[in-house]
Amino acid sequence: MNFEEMLQRTPYSFSKEEKEAVLTERLSELTEKHRVSCPPYGNILRSAGYERGRIGSYKELPFLPVRLFKELELKSVPDDQIVKTMTSSGTTGQAVSKIYLDRVTSANQQKVMVKIVSDFTGSSRMPMIILDCPSVVKNRLMFSARGAGILGFSIFGAKRIYALDDDMKLNVEGLKAFLDKYRGQRIFLFGFTFMIWQHFYKELVRLKQEGITFDLSDGVLIHGGGWKKLISEAVSPEEFKRCLTDVCGLSHVHDYYGMVEQTGCIYMECECGHLHASIFSDVIMRRPLDFSECEVGEKGIIQVVSTLPESYPGHSLLTEDEGIVLGEDDCPCGRKGKYFKVIGRLKNAEIRGCSDTYAEKFR
Amino acid sequence: MRRYGGAAIPMQKSLDREQLQGIQYLVGSEEILARLPQAKAREPFDEKIQEFLNALSRALLSMPEAKFYPDVVTFAFWIRKSSLKKLAERFASGNSLIQLGRGTAFHIAPSNVAVNYAYSFAAGFMTGNANVVRVPSKDFPQIAVINRAVNAVLEQYPDQKPYICFVRYGREQRINDVLSAIADVRIVWGGDRTIAELRKSPLGPRASEITFADRYSLAVIDSDIYMAAENPGRIADDFYNDTYLTDQNACTSPRIVVWYGSRISEAKERFWSLLLEKVQKKYEFQPIQGVNKLTNVYLASAGHEGLHAIYCGDNRLVRVSLERLFEDLMDFRGDSGYFYEYDCQDLLQLQNICDDTRCQTVSYIGDPSMFLPLVKSGIAGIDRIVPIGKTMDFDMIWDGYNLYERLTRTISLI
Repeated sequence: MNFEEMLQRTPYSFSKEEKEAVLTERLSELTEKHRVSCPPYGNILRSAGYERGRIGSYKELPFLPVRLFKELELKSVPDDQIVKTMTSSGTTGQAVSKIYLDRVTSANQQKVMVKIVSDFTGSSRMPMIILDCPSVVKNRLMFSARGAGILGFSIFGAKRIYALDDDMKLNVEGLKAFLDKYRGQRIFLFGFTFMIWQHFYKELVRLKQEGITFDLSDGVLIHGGGWKKLISEAVSPEEFKRCLTDVCGLSHVHDYYGMVEQTGCIYMECECGHLHASIFSDVIMRRPLDFSECEVGEKGIIQVVSTLPESYPGHSLLTEDEGIVLGEDDCPCGRKGKYFKVIGRLKNAEIRGCSDTYAEKFR
Repeated sequence: MRRYGGAAIPMQKSLDREQLQGIQYLVGSEEILARLPQAKAREPFDEKIQEFLNALSRALLSMPEAKFYPDVVTFAFWIRKSSLKKLAERFASGNSLIQLGRGTAFHIAPSNVAVNYAYSFAAGFMTGNANVVRVPSKDFPQIAVINRAVNAVLEQYPDQKPYICFVRYGREQRINDVLSAIADVRIVWGGDRTIAELRKSPLGPRASEITFADRYSLAVIDSDIYMAAENPGRIADDFYNDTYLTDQNACTSPRIVVWYGSRISEAKERFWSLLLEKVQKKYEFQPIQGVNKLTNVYLASAGHEGLHAIYCGDNRLVRVSLERLFEDLMDFRGDSGYFYEYDCQDLLQLQNICDDTRCQTVSYIGDPSMFLPLVKSGIAGIDRIVPIGKTMDFDMIWDGYNLYERLTRTISLI
């Protein structure tokens, strides 16, 4: 099955065996393509002892630690074919990942994302509330992960409004007018987990005390970006949802897991609270001690594979996150493929040695 | 500037006490620190110095909790009577020159090694100096054990109090400035960045400095001699202590193992499998270390051909064999059990990595005279050549410096 044919299929329709065959074929093909077109990647494969003929399953393909994209410029197309460079949202002074996209990869990212998200929101476009500020997407040449997320999800919005101004203040009047205008329609909301909590939820709680309320019971919210900051505020995913329901009636809430290195192939949270791998990508949990594959239910380091990257060798990556595969093909929500949960970031190494370590050092 | 120590003595350095805010005193006090410049320099290894250190050694060895910390015990042995005697014999000048401590020694210990500060102090103390030591900010239990012993012994030898002050403070330049201003010699551990930090604080015109910069080290194994060794298990222990014991991240830890001689492949097989056994028993592995090592292999191989990762099926031991020693290899050095390997029939080939001021210790199995052509070829690096298992053994000749000479003043008397 080639990639065009895959695009004709619904995103959670492959059984384990079918998916294994499709991914092995496509990912082996991508490995070869990048081996030839990206010389540093070719060198890496050689050092890893990669031999094309010996790959029996996509699980045996080498995986690149995501940090390589911070330290190396990895691309498999000439510079004049690069239409977008995506960067991860690092804090100032930190190295950021640089992901080079050509037209094909960029287009496929969008197509796949539409297929995945539509499976949860329905295929028609909806009035959209972006729970962020407009300045995040201003610089279109360098896309930060936050900006890219917003632009990526904006294709689901028919009419769009930013809920926050550039000072991160809630635009109460604008929001009221928007909701009045589209009353009775399903509203699509999108934002980053911590931003939503900090600048939207907390403000709604405050307004409610003043007697100002919003009814978002027709809304569907998709949010991502991780839980690190909320865990430090002791907010669990369950509480996050419950609080949103309490304050504005919002009850369709889906988290997602994804990263700038594999944009498009996001892992959406289903109605049962499980993250799902679509037919376009997969997760493999690896044991830290030898990188062998974990059993279902066993915690490991998350490897992600994606069928999309053609312009950079990012089709098989080792993240620095830990997760657990909960099952495969048998989630009560009916979607096939693996379903899993993310536990969080691996702890930084504490190592001894003569050279002093400075906090800002990222390793 | 306010002066302390009674009447201001002309030309005597003194401390601006307002600038000492924020210092925590673990041994000594602000009073002692303020009077440190007035402590009289002494002859190295004089009787009182030896008595004090020997008493400290006995105090440490008699503390029940010291037994949990082999590094504390090793330190205690280094300052015991017989060891001091040997040091004194080695360094005392047999001619008419007189030696005295330089005066005040200001030590900045590395933040992530527990007992290094104690060695630095002892080196400064035995050579006749008054010492102010910034101990690691990290709360190593060894530090509490050693400081408790020092404080107890000081009660028995109160006349030594003016020579010892152990302090803790953040990285405030203000405090570095004051302590540097009174220092006759400044000893900076902690690598390039810490040295750069301290260099912002000026030293007096006659003061000198000893800096321990970022260094790397290698091991060379003569495969014929290794294969003939009676106790290869002991060698594995020794190598483990040289490397994993400090997460292979001390300046002395070998980052490359160079194989020499005619039985390389059997030697490798035996050496690594015995090491892996130790590692699996003793080393505490952190999941991110496996990811870091894989990242390292790939970063190094992306820009260089001829690297081959050798996975033994356990991320605690990652080996990367090299077809050639490329010059920037040590920019890709790893830690926590990450070894480059190179097979070599002519040790002069090591010039590629040893002709570099960052190259410090070569540890070996074999006949050390095999290194003479390499060392004499005029390379910029290699300051120590020691048997495997001895890389961490502290000595007054360290990192290319003769600390005895650096910490003393020589008076000519003709």
